[in-house]
Amino acid sequence: MSIVDHPLPRQSDIVIYRKPRWTEGFIHVLLFICGSISILSTISLVIVLGHDALLFFLLPDVTLVDFLTGTTWLPSIGKYGVIPLVTATLITTFFAISVALPLGLSAAIFLSEYASQRTRGLLKPILEILAGIPSVVYGFFALTFITPLLRTLLGNDNVQIYNMLSAGLVMGIMILPLVCSMSEDALFAVPHSLRDAAYSLGSTKVEMIFQIVLPAALSGIIASVILAISRAIGETMIVALAAGSGSSFTFNPLNAAETMTGYIARISGGDIAYDTPEYNAIFAIGFLLFTTSFVLNLIGRRVTSRFREVYE
Amino acid sequence: MGYIQPTYQSNSGIKQRQILARYWSKIFLGSILIAILALMVMLINVINDSYGYAAIEYEYDPSIYTPKPIEDLNKVELMKLLSENLSTYRWRTIQQDVSIDQLEVDEIRELVVEELLKPTVVASYSLIPSLFNRTEIHQEINFYHPEARIDFYSWLDFQFLIKSMSVVPENSGVRTAILGSLWIILVAGIFAIPVGIGAAIYLEEYAPSGKFKKIIQSNIDNLAGVPSIIYGILGLAIFVRVLKPLTSGTIFGLELSTGRTIISAGMTIGLLLLPVIIINTQEALRTVPMSLRQASYGVGATRWQTLWYHVLPAALPGILTGAILAISRGIGETSPLILVGASSFINKDPTNIFSNFTTLPLQIYYWTQRPQDQFRNTAAAAILVLLIMLLSLNAVAIILRNHYSRQSRP
Repeated sequence: MSIVDHPLPRQSDIVIYRKPRWTEGFIHVLLFICGSISILSTISLVIVLGHDALLFFLLPDVTLVDFLTGTTWLPSIGKYGVIPLVTATLITTFFAISVALPLGLSAAIFLSEYASQRTRGLLKPILEILAGIPSVVYGFFALTFITPLLRTLLGNDNVQIYNMLSAGLVMGIMILPLVCSMSEDALFAVPHSLRDAAYSLGSTKVEMIFQIVLPAALSGIIASVILAISRAIGETMIVALAAGSGSSFTFNPLNAAETMTGYIARISGGDIAYDTPEYNAIFAIGFLLFTTSFVLNLIGRRVTSRFREVYE
Repeated sequence: MGYIQPTYQSNSGIKQRQILARYWSKIFLGSILIAILALMVMLINVINDSYGYAAIEYEYDPSIYTPKPIEDLNKVELMKLLSENLSTYRWRTIQQDVSIDQLEVDEIRELVVEELLKPTVVASYSLIPSLFNRTEIHQEINFYHPEARIDFYSWLDFQFLIKSMSVVPENSGVRTAILGSLWIILVAGIFAIPVGIGAAIYLEEYAPSGKFKKIIQSNIDNLAGVPSIIYGILGLAIFVRVLKPLTSGTIFGLELSTGRTIISAGMTIGLLLLPVIIINTQEALRTVPMSLRQASYGVGATRWQTLWYHVLPAALPGILTGAILAISRGIGETSPLILVGASSFINKDPTNIFSNFTTLPLQIYYWTQRPQDQFRNTAAAAILVLLIMLLSLNAVAIILRNHYSRQSRP
């Protein structure tokens, strides 16, 4: 009946043409703009940091050589040597990695090689919670728990109230989940046939792990460590709370010393006056931090992408 | 012919090797237990500082107001005490804030204590010593503060949530900070979620694979790894300084002299969350099978129709989970806001995007830095509030993920 009511159009009535769809093009442009905003934010980062860092180096009593080699950082009296800030950053980072690498890697080995599906389902959320805790909470933990603990263990005279060791150890706990999950991905990517081959040659599980799986996953593990270092260098709240304020050139981890990020946080915590040497110094240090983390991330990703290609 | 007999014994040292294997497996298990232990110690440490005994001293002795002990007074007497001893201004503000006639006797008594006797906490103890060393604490307080009243004090209570900041620890609360956090994450989300999802759609569905796409992609990956304090520097230079007429609201006729406002902070956090949201959305879009798109194209749908009616609904749970996780990261972010935020003491609630602000993590940071012991208790209580907020957000994300993944399975 419907055929009678609505006869099919004859062949000559059908016109095939491309309906102009303006919305399609509009949406395409809109999405392209969204995609470009990320480029824009990188460019503005580089311009902002570069411009004000340049202003800093154009100050009469600042030279690039002094900045990179000087061992006193006291902007109030015109001493701009970044070395003390860098050493403090490296010391806290060193302790963070020496906690996070062994613990994170062993945890990853346990999760990928030993744990049953059930245990994994129980343990992984705990690591995710650890990864989701804001860093200011870790800072509180370092200052109110780890530092008093260190002071009781090592003596009040040896350990200062603010010290790099406590900040570094807690930072290690913070980046442990990062190392663990990235290493686990790397271990997981090692094909099962390699493990079976090791077993068939009569190796024990641990021999298989140390001699077959870990070497095969090495590049992934290295990438995880590089990214962890980058995280540790850029971490602010823990060092701002627990590592101390006021730069000092010391290699003793039990002493207080200010890191690069700690200096930025302390100086900008007040309503800082624009275009003072202290204000511009923030940008110079920021530029240093940005380039360091950028290069580390780049290397980390290169290593990761290389290891991905191995067994595919 | 030279047939070489194997000289080793096939079971040489098998015992030691197996012992070694067992030994190492315990180390692997141990390290994950250490991580769990660290998490537990952290939580216990926070709870430990949030509750415990406190010695409370009154600035004014009750006897200067009334000969009878305050506990024995009835409602009318208490009201009379308040109206007689408070300044007229203060008495009127209280009457405006609460309808005093409807209050219970106990509530009015609390008001009397708060307003007239002005209690201050002179010493506070953590929960664990409070539970196990009660007698010693009582002795110590009696020795050092003989006047003081000993009370089991809960730093995290309802009053803590609804009070604003104060110079006195026990009168401090987190209302202003919670509101600030919510305002900022609202602004950040409104900016970063649509833009982030749009960028991810562009990269996954539109961008022709080539150099340009590669550059954007590696750029986003690198942005995700930039330390968050760098975003604070960016926010300080661009939103607080260069765009000051816009972010301080002077362009709209508001009289605020700084660009350290909610909109600046929200945009800073938004920029920080952008790469996170893009990466999460991309992963969600990649899980949608190609066949779905091809089927849609096959019946003549355009690219956007395919996306809007088929790809996005299928990827929605993944996108939402990613967005919620990004938001929970944004709420906990502290260091960029140290640079963008005003350091001055803020106890006014934010009312619009051009208000000054403080946030929960910032408040925790400032309180932890303060030398008074009691601010450590308020910091711990604020951490509990923050962690409860973040955990419930994450729980929503997990429930969402499970709900949708169950639904999509036939």
